[in-house]
Amino acid sequence: MSETTHDATVAMSAPAAPDEGLTARELAAKHGLTVSGARPTLIEYVRQLWDRRHFILAFSRAKLTAQYSQAKLGQLWQVATPLLNAAVYFFIFGLLLEADRGLPREVYIPFLVTGVFVFTFTQSSVMAGVRAISGNLGLVRALHFPRASLPISFALQQLQQLLFSMIVLFAVAVGFGHYPDPSWLLIVPVLVLQFCFNTGLALIMARAGAKTPDLAQLMPFVMRTWMYASGVMFSIPIFLEGKPQWIANVLQWNPAAIYMDLMRFALIDEYDSTYMPDHVWAAAGGWAVLFAIGGFVYFWKAEERYGRG
Amino acid sequence: MAEQQQDARIPTVVADDLHIVYRVNGAKTGKGSATAALSRIIKRGEERGVRKVHAVRGVSFVAYRGEAIGLIGSNGSGKSTLLRAIAGLLPAEQGKVYTDGQPSLLGVNAALMNDLTGERNVILGGLAMGMSREEIKERYQEIVDFSGINEKGDFITLPMRTYSSGMAARLRFSIAAAKDHDVLMIDEALATGDRKFQKRSEDRIRELRKEAGTVFLVSHNNKSIRDTCDRVLWLERGELRMDGPTDEVLKEYEKFTGK
Repeated sequence: MSETTHDATVAMSAPAAPDEGLTARELAAKHGLTVSGARPTLIEYVRQLWDRRHFILAFSRAKLTAQYSQAKLGQLWQVATPLLNAAVYFFIFGLLLEADRGLPREVYIPFLVTGVFVFTFTQSSVMAGVRAISGNLGLVRALHFPRASLPISFALQQLQQLLFSMIVLFAVAVGFGHYPDPSWLLIVPVLVLQFCFNTGLALIMARAGAKTPDLAQLMPFVMRTWMYASGVMFSIPIFLEGKPQWIANVLQWNPAAIYMDLMRFALIDEYDSTYMPDHVWAAAGGWAVLFAIGGFVYFWKAEERYGRG
Repeated sequence: MAEQQQDARIPTVVADDLHIVYRVNGAKTGKGSATAALSRIIKRGEERGVRKVHAVRGVSFVAYRGEAIGLIGSNGSGKSTLLRAIAGLLPAEQGKVYTDGQPSLLGVNAALMNDLTGERNVILGGLAMGMSREEIKERYQEIVDFSGINEKGDFITLPMRTYSSGMAARLRFSIAAAKDHDVLMIDEALATGDRKFQKRSEDRIRELRKEAGTVFLVSHNNKSIRDTCDRVLWLERGELRMDGPTDEVLKEYEKFTGK
């Protein structure tokens, strides 16, 4: 029976090597070996991630396709699901609860549908982010790739999902008399900024969810609270009239509300800047940059620890 | 590494007093009820509700270029865990593993999706292993031919969930074996598919071995260990029980398992 010693150079039957007597660390250093699974520098990490861009894209598209591959209607559900979603919200909030106070019907319907879709984009990015690492441990423990690929890929999947929803959204907007005009071009920067924000948030949630899988149970409640507080189905300034101004300010400056408002601003002619806080573009950009960079660095800091059971 | 003389043995993997610990949530003591979980949280123990499984305990060894090393041991002795730690996929609790380049596990199972066609899985699997789109395009036909999926009709354009388990295993192996590796690790991959395919995959592994610097093989099949490896590490309960030439270790191991 061999003794396992803590001196790694002793391999029971190995012929004497010139490296005899070196400690493991010295031996490794002498031959230029590096620590397996060590965290790369931030710049190196970004480079690795860039190398994996095709994987990130392919993975997100594969996930998207796999979602409906067993359904008879197949990929048609990509459009049908958001359409049904919008119909349900219209039925409850537009017809039953009449939350449209202060807004004419032809503004309220596109207002509501935009809100639902834009918020769902953030919501599903967060939920996918929480499970990005903890739900893919098999993948993390089998293959090498910068782990940030996973949350980014999931956020990208949600972006593609949103692009399908946009088809429905455009139809609704046109159906209520809001025809395409130059302001529709603003959709592009709004989407880019929101995607950056969502990705950052997904990265943060991915690290938190890897450490505490319980978040997957908790987050739906947090997200629902956030949804109701962000004015998805009502206009914040109109609803909070007469309440202290700071409440409306806090709600309006929250990133979800800002991206929703900007998207409505782009699509609906009557929805002008009186419904939005000042400096709204600066806020949209600020949230995006803050979360994208902060989330990325936060995620990278634990890179070598993902995959521990 | 370049300054090494021909006869000197060049280490490719150095494991130094390696410990791996798994943490399992909600498996502490028999009580799995909600009240038990709650009381654990309230009591504030050192790691509440978490049970630790010490899978690898202080393993040290040096692997050299050109070696084929077999890992043996009974079920749950820590072989697969050790492989993953060497590949840098499982963080070490204590100790370190030093490697030359990036060791890779042979296997892409986790990256493949049953709802996608075989075709898309080949691409996805290749990308997941870090191949470029051009490389995959180049090797695509080779992979499909090797797997033999299309021998019985055009199966590669069907979703993988329609494959028989043998067919799926063959495709997985074919994708995984399409890439060349510096330090290659194989976890019982030899036992897939029918006899004909096994033969073919053994040949492919031998090829990969020639190209790779160092090969690790986990198997319960002593014959395939004897055929491919010249050195064997025997793990038992996470400890390195024996490390030496294949014949010597296998003899002891067979005595131990009562064969």
